[in-house]
Amino acid sequence: MKTLVFAAASAVLLAGAAMAQDVVRLGTEGAYPPWNFINDAGAVDGFERELGDELCKRAELNCEWVTNDWDSIIPNLVSGNYDVILAGMSITDERDQVIDFTQAYTPPDPSTFAAMSSDVDLTSGVIAAQTGTIQAGYVAETGATLVEFATPDETIAAVVNGEADAVLADDSFIKTALAANGDLQIVGDPVALGGGVAMGVRESDGDLRDKFDAAISAMKTDGSLNAMIVKWEVSSKW
Amino acid sequence: MFSNCSDPDLLDGLAWVACYLTNGKHLVAYTSFGTVLLLLAITAPISLAFGFGGAIAARSRIAPLRWFGQAYTAIVRGVPDILFFLFFVIALDQAFEWMRHQAFCPNWVEPIRQGNDFVVCTAAKLPLSTSPQWVHEVYGFLLAVLTFAIVFGAFAANVLFGAMRAVPVAQIETAQAYGMTERQSFWRILVPQMWVFALPGLSNLWLILVKATPLLFLLGVEDIVYWARELGGTKGQIFAYPHPDWRLWYFLGLLVFYLALTQVSEVVLRRLSIRLSRGQATFAGEAQRKAAA
Repeated sequence: MKTLVFAAASAVLLAGAAMAQDVVRLGTEGAYPPWNFINDAGAVDGFERELGDELCKRAELNCEWVTNDWDSIIPNLVSGNYDVILAGMSITDERDQVIDFTQAYTPPDPSTFAAMSSDVDLTSGVIAAQTGTIQAGYVAETGATLVEFATPDETIAAVVNGEADAVLADDSFIKTALAANGDLQIVGDPVALGGGVAMGVRESDGDLRDKFDAAISAMKTDGSLNAMIVKWEVSSKW
Repeated sequence: MFSNCSDPDLLDGLAWVACYLTNGKHLVAYTSFGTVLLLLAITAPISLAFGFGGAIAARSRIAPLRWFGQAYTAIVRGVPDILFFLFFVIALDQAFEWMRHQAFCPNWVEPIRQGNDFVVCTAAKLPLSTSPQWVHEVYGFLLAVLTFAIVFGAFAANVLFGAMRAVPVAQIETAQAYGMTERQSFWRILVPQMWVFALPGLSNLWLILVKATPLLFLLGVEDIVYWARELGGTKGQIFAYPHPDWRLWYFLGLLVFYLALTQVSEVVLRRLSIRLSRGQATFAGEAQRKAAA
């Protein structure tokens, strides 16, 4: 009788564990159109929403979206509050030491400067960038004065308000911002930063990374990933 | 919400504004006012309870209890709020999961700490990965309540500790002369009289708590300031309701909300102060007695 109860209990536990593994929580910022943003209905939308849903379907995973502040997006991943970061995050060596990346799902998106006038000095002026991004790291190494903001939207607002001379961000985000702000224009040459945009997973989560890697490969092969990149205008094609 | 909102591009003027202010995103944002008020309503009494416990502990005759009370107020008051909210909540969450891990997965062999990763078995996850999103949100909210209560409890403990000392010693001596035990004189004489001395400090704390609620977003709870920034930010053509930077207007709305909340608090606190002064051996109490006589 005892063994029977024990067996039943462990069966329930195992079933619970198997089910639990199937829900994968995808963390994103929700403030970086066209990559990810909160749409007018209040739901996560954008290139990464569509991509993430498709990858989960192919990997036969049950996925759920959560939003998290960019500042604490890596600490909350490693502490297990969600399982994947899907937030336009470029592969860099510093991040790779803390978390693992799948293969890139978009090639490196060049970073572009935008300013209110064409005669700003990009090497010694005041440049706005989002905290903890590859662009902030790049500006810090040039002679320019870096001002950091917590959200991407604030970096654009800083330039429009005259607080900063120019803003440096992913080309696709700058183009989206340009469409909304008629006075902004692209200045200087684009710079190539980062090693492509990928999903971030915990270093101990090798299985999950392999599943998504396989799904990304499949989408690259059949051209559906390129179609999605073109649809959302996020970067160059593969 | 309205039937004519299906194609925002065709709308103009008031109809556009009406549709814009009632789209799904705004409706979610409106509920965050409720979240903030609920947080205040739950946190204030819990903080007061923590503060009361802390004050009693700090004046206890049992040394370890006294040390605990003093350490609690000293440490929490000394650590910057933002540090507390960033570090403490993740630590608290991990502590809960660690305990559940020990209880539910005794046969687990892999280490919990793997490099940077904190890995517990799936059954120990809090909340379980399988639970719906609202469970995660309620859990985050409760963590926020607990963190706010611990922080503001420490400040309240100090206020109440001072208030307990401000009650005239003659009152306690009289109670003892009447043969009351220490416990009786504490609950019947000291506690009812201390509130009037604690009220100015507590009212300050309450107003600081009201203003501290934007820290909620650090804990992953989407509060009104987060929504003001999100909704007011420039919206390009990718959105159904594109608009330029309107954050100023949204923050003006917040200003009105916070001022109204402060005003209501002031009125309530003033009445409370009058009520608590009744029959007290203070200037305010004496003035009330003379006015009545």
